[in-house]
Amino acid sequence: MANTDGNGYTIGFATVMVFVVGGILAALATGLKPAIKENERFEKQQSILYAMGVHENGDDTGSVNFIATDKVEEAYTNYIKESFVFQNGKVLEGEDAFKIDMKKQSKTPKSERKLPLFVGERDGKKFYVIPMYGKGLWDAIWGYVALDDKLIVQGAIFDHKGETPGLGANIKERYFMDDFLGEQIMNGNKYAGITVAKGNNDPKNETKDDNEVDALAGATITGDGVTAMFKSTLKSYIPHIQNLK
Amino acid sequence: MGLLSKKDQKLILDPLADDNPITIQVLGICSALAITAQLKASIVMAVSVIFVLGIGNVVISLMRNIIPSKIRIIVQLVVVATLVIIVDQVLKAYAYTLSKELSVFVGLIITNCIIMGRFEAFALGNGPWRSFLDGIGNALGYGVILIIVGFFRELFGSGTLLGFKVLGDPIEKTGLYATGYENNGFMLLSPMALIVVGLIIWVQRSRNKALIEEN
Repeated sequence: MANTDGNGYTIGFATVMVFVVGGILAALATGLKPAIKENERFEKQQSILYAMGVHENGDDTGSVNFIATDKVEEAYTNYIKESFVFQNGKVLEGEDAFKIDMKKQSKTPKSERKLPLFVGERDGKKFYVIPMYGKGLWDAIWGYVALDDKLIVQGAIFDHKGETPGLGANIKERYFMDDFLGEQIMNGNKYAGITVAKGNNDPKNETKDDNEVDALAGATITGDGVTAMFKSTLKSYIPHIQNLK
Repeated sequence: MGLLSKKDQKLILDPLADDNPITIQVLGICSALAITAQLKASIVMAVSVIFVLGIGNVVISLMRNIIPSKIRIIVQLVVVATLVIIVDQVLKAYAYTLSKELSVFVGLIITNCIIMGRFEAFALGNGPWRSFLDGIGNALGYGVILIIVGFFRELFGSGTLLGFKVLGDPIEKTGLYATGYENNGFMLLSPMALIVVGLIIWVQRSRNKALIEEN
């Protein structure tokens, strides 16, 4: 056996290892990219539709049931009638709202930020679906919220990159997301957003005009992140929605 | 178990009890504290670690004679990271929903000290088959503790098991909650995981005095 302690051997081994591992991962990533991109596109369509109430939840109150991936493409074209991109208070022409990366937009200054909005129609009712992006405790959180003409929440869906399982990760559970249904984002004529509140004495969430939903135990920072994301995102959309209706 | 010799059986069975990676070697504590607030997360993590540690130990064992000792830790890290990323990417392409469930665990698996510990302590000095058994055994030992801790934390913290409301509904005040019982929110926080692990260590050592170290 060769001397495995020598400097030359060590450097040689490291170099070969980098190339072999890099090669394997690069080949894999390139090979799987189309399939992964396709999955991500379906997921985005599923989430947008979910927010406006197109899902397969049925009477089951436990889990999130998206519309099936083989049907989502068709459903998306059926339900989503229009989409807009706003920038600095005006409609931006020639942009595909679906292709806008919210993560990139969250890093641009407010005056240059592109704000995509999806307008859907279901059973003769209009839904304005707004994508959101913000920070949780460990990493990014994002979601979609659907508002109606009166700026009442008709549906919300959240997701996260790395919140703690069992605690912050529960923002993607039905019992948290469903609390937002019917909740108002205005307090009288003033914009209030929705606060994820601890101890709001309303765990069943029967008061829909208090601009509050019940927080998750052990997930204060994630909850605050949801509050902040909700408040700042929706604020910039309200004038646009009021113009559209 | 006619398949395995006595020595091989020990590789699988010892980590389950008297050589448990969490309660005896005190490895892998970080993930045991972080993700055991729910039983389901504990089970997912246990299965993932069984898979990664089983295969990783074999890979390291096959490479054990060519790994330069000066950079062996880096090599081990690269092997486990590569394995985990391959699994993650393949799942993302062909089982997207499952990959979303697992995504949070990817980072936790790579940095799990049990994995590095077994590579270093066992796979570098033993053949592939014995390393495989050692990997499976230690991952099982880890998983058992994770599931025990997850069971108690979810039961007392949320009153549920795998999401099912086994103690009744805390908001509607049915079942046990009708008697005035309340969930213990403290169980959901990491310090309680440490205390539960401590209780397991206590029970284990009081049953088997040989495990108690002399000071």
